[in-house]
Amino acid sequence: MKDVDISIQNITKIEGHASLDIQVRDNKVKHVQLMFTENKRFFTQAIRGRSIDVLSQSVARICGTCSIAHTMCCIEGIEKALNIIPSEQTQVLKQLTMDGLMIRDHALHIYLFSLPDVFSVDSVLDFTPEHTHFLHDSFDIKRAGNKLSTIVAGRAVHAPFPGVGGYAQVPKKDDLKAIIPDLKLAREKLVGVLDEYYNCPVDYTRSTDFVALVGDKFDFLEGDIVSSDGDVVKEKDYFSHLEKNVVPYSQAVGYKFEGDTYMVGALARINLNKKGLHKDTKRDAKKYLRVFPSKNIFHNNLAQGIEIMHCIDHALETIESFDFKPEPKQTFEKKACEGVGVIEAPRGTLYYHIDMDSNGMVKEGNIIVPTQQNQINMEQDIAVLVERLLKTHSKEQIKYEIEKLVRAYDPCISCATHFLEVNWT
Amino acid sequence: MPTACNDKTLKRQIRLQTMTHKLALGWFSFSCCEDSTIVFTELLNDHFDEWSKVIDFQYIRILKKNNKIHNLDVAFVEGAIVSEHDAMKLKEIRKNCKKLIAIGSCAINGMPSAQRNTFDDGKKKEIEFLIEKFHLAEKVRTPGDIVKVDDRVMGCPMSEQAFLDVLNKTLKEFNIV
Repeated sequence: MKDVDISIQNITKIEGHASLDIQVRDNKVKHVQLMFTENKRFFTQAIRGRSIDVLSQSVARICGTCSIAHTMCCIEGIEKALNIIPSEQTQVLKQLTMDGLMIRDHALHIYLFSLPDVFSVDSVLDFTPEHTHFLHDSFDIKRAGNKLSTIVAGRAVHAPFPGVGGYAQVPKKDDLKAIIPDLKLAREKLVGVLDEYYNCPVDYTRSTDFVALVGDKFDFLEGDIVSSDGDVVKEKDYFSHLEKNVVPYSQAVGYKFEGDTYMVGALARINLNKKGLHKDTKRDAKKYLRVFPSKNIFHNNLAQGIEIMHCIDHALETIESFDFKPEPKQTFEKKACEGVGVIEAPRGTLYYHIDMDSNGMVKEGNIIVPTQQNQINMEQDIAVLVERLLKTHSKEQIKYEIEKLVRAYDPCISCATHFLEVNWT
Repeated sequence: MPTACNDKTLKRQIRLQTMTHKLALGWFSFSCCEDSTIVFTELLNDHFDEWSKVIDFQYIRILKKNNKIHNLDVAFVEGAIVSEHDAMKLKEIRKNCKKLIAIGSCAINGMPSAQRNTFDDGKKKEIEFLIEKFHLAEKVRTPGDIVKVDDRVMGCPMSEQAFLDVLNKTLKEFNIV
C-alpha cells in the first residue's frame, strides 16, 4: 500500500471516545492526528469561584473510572497550599485508597479491554471455554478492589470519605479484615493473566522517554518526578518543565517534558521504580519483572498487572499491621495561597495546581491529566507502527493493530476530554 | 390435537425459544464522566452469569467493537447532549429501541455536564471560540429534552439498586423472565 486513506471510527474498549486521522503517501505516514473528540465539559472554568470545601467532589466528576485519583490529587494540592500535613493514619488511608483504585481500574483494563487482543477476539464476551475463567478472574479482582475502596473511601466511584485534613470515616478493623480473603483470592487469580501478557509476543517497541513520580514506597502519592533521561524534578516545579502543545484537531492539549515526547503510566512507573515495589511482589513477580525496563508499550498491560499485585500486597500488610483508631479531621483556616498536588493516577502522572483566595474560593485551577501527556507519544508510536506494517498487512489488519496499541496505553478520554474515532485520509 | 411426538417437538421449540429469547440491550454514553458505565462494569462482577442467560449485549462500546444498534429492546443512555451531532445520534437510538432509559445525573438533569449553562458572561465569553470550533450547541440538554425517555435511574453515579430494579422490571416487561 503506497498511498492509503483509511477511516476507523469509534476505537472501542477504552475509557471515553476518540478518533484518528492517518494519511500515508509513498509509503510514508504524512500525518497522524489523534483526536479526543469528547465534548468539552469546561471544568477549568467551572471550578473557578468554587469553594475548596466541595472542590474534591466536583473534580471527581471529571472521570468515572479515575475519579478517586482526581479527588486525591485535588486534596493534596489544597493541603499543600494550606500547609496541612496529613496524620500518619490519614496517609495510610490515602495509600489504601490508591490501592483499591489501582486494583479495580487496572483489572478493568487488562482483562476487559486488552485481554481480547491477546486472544484475537473482539470481546471478553467472545472468550472460548478455555479462556472464560479469565472473565471470572477479572470479576474476583475487581470485586476485591471495589470492596477495599468502599470500606476505606466510602465508594469506588466518587468516593465520599477522603477530604482536606482527613477522612470523614475511619474504617472498622473488622470490616477491613473481612476483605482479606477477597484480596488473597484476587492475588491467586492474577498469576494467570500475568503469564498471558508475559508470553504474548506483541511488540510495539519504540525509543521514548518515561516519566513518573518516584518515591521509596511506590505509593502513587509521594516522591519526585523522575524521567528515564535522568531528570529529577520536585512536584511543585513539574509544570515549569512541561511544554504545552495545542493540538488543533483535538479537544485536548498535548504536552512534552523537557522538550521531548514521553510516556506516563504503569510502564513508566515500573521502568523507573521497580525496586520500590512491595517485597512479596518482587519475590513472586520476579520472572515478569525481568522484562523491565521495557520500551514495548504493550508491556504496559504487564506493568499494570504487577501493580495490582503490589497494591494487594501493600493492602494486606497494612490491614494486618496498622491499628486504625477514630480520628477527627484536622481543622484549618482558609487563606489566600496556592498549592500543587502531583500523584500517580492509574494511567500516569496527574497534576493539580490550585490558587485560592482568602475565603477558600478557587481563583484558578490547572489540571493536567496522563492521557494529555501521552497524546503526542501515542501519535508517534502509531506512525512508526503503520510504516512497519504497510508492506505486510492489510488495511483492516493495520487498523486492528492501531487499536491494540492505543488500548495498551489505556487512554482515558473522559479525563482528557471524552471521544475517540479513527479516520484515515 | 398435536400427537405426542408433535407435542414434544413443540415443547422443545418453546423451550429453545425461551432460552434464546434475550433482552437486546444497548448501552450508550454521551457527554459525562462515564461513572455509571463503570458502576455497570462493577455490577457484572456479581451478575454476569445470571445476565448472560437473559441479555444480549448488542451495543456496549466499552466491552466490544462489533456493536449493533438495530432492533434494540432497551437502550440505556448515559450523559448529556451537547451538540447537534449527539442529538442526531440520540434520535437514531430512539428510533431503534423499544424502551429508552436515562442513566445517571447528566442524563437526567444535565449536571455536571451542563455546568456551562450556568456560566456568567465572562466565562461564556472565554469558551465561546471552543463552542464554535467544535460545533457545540449553545445549551447543554438532557436526552429527555430531545426524545421520549421511558424510565430513569437517578444518581451520580447511578444507584446500583435503582439500576437493578429498572433492569428487572424491563426483563419482566419483555417477558424474558
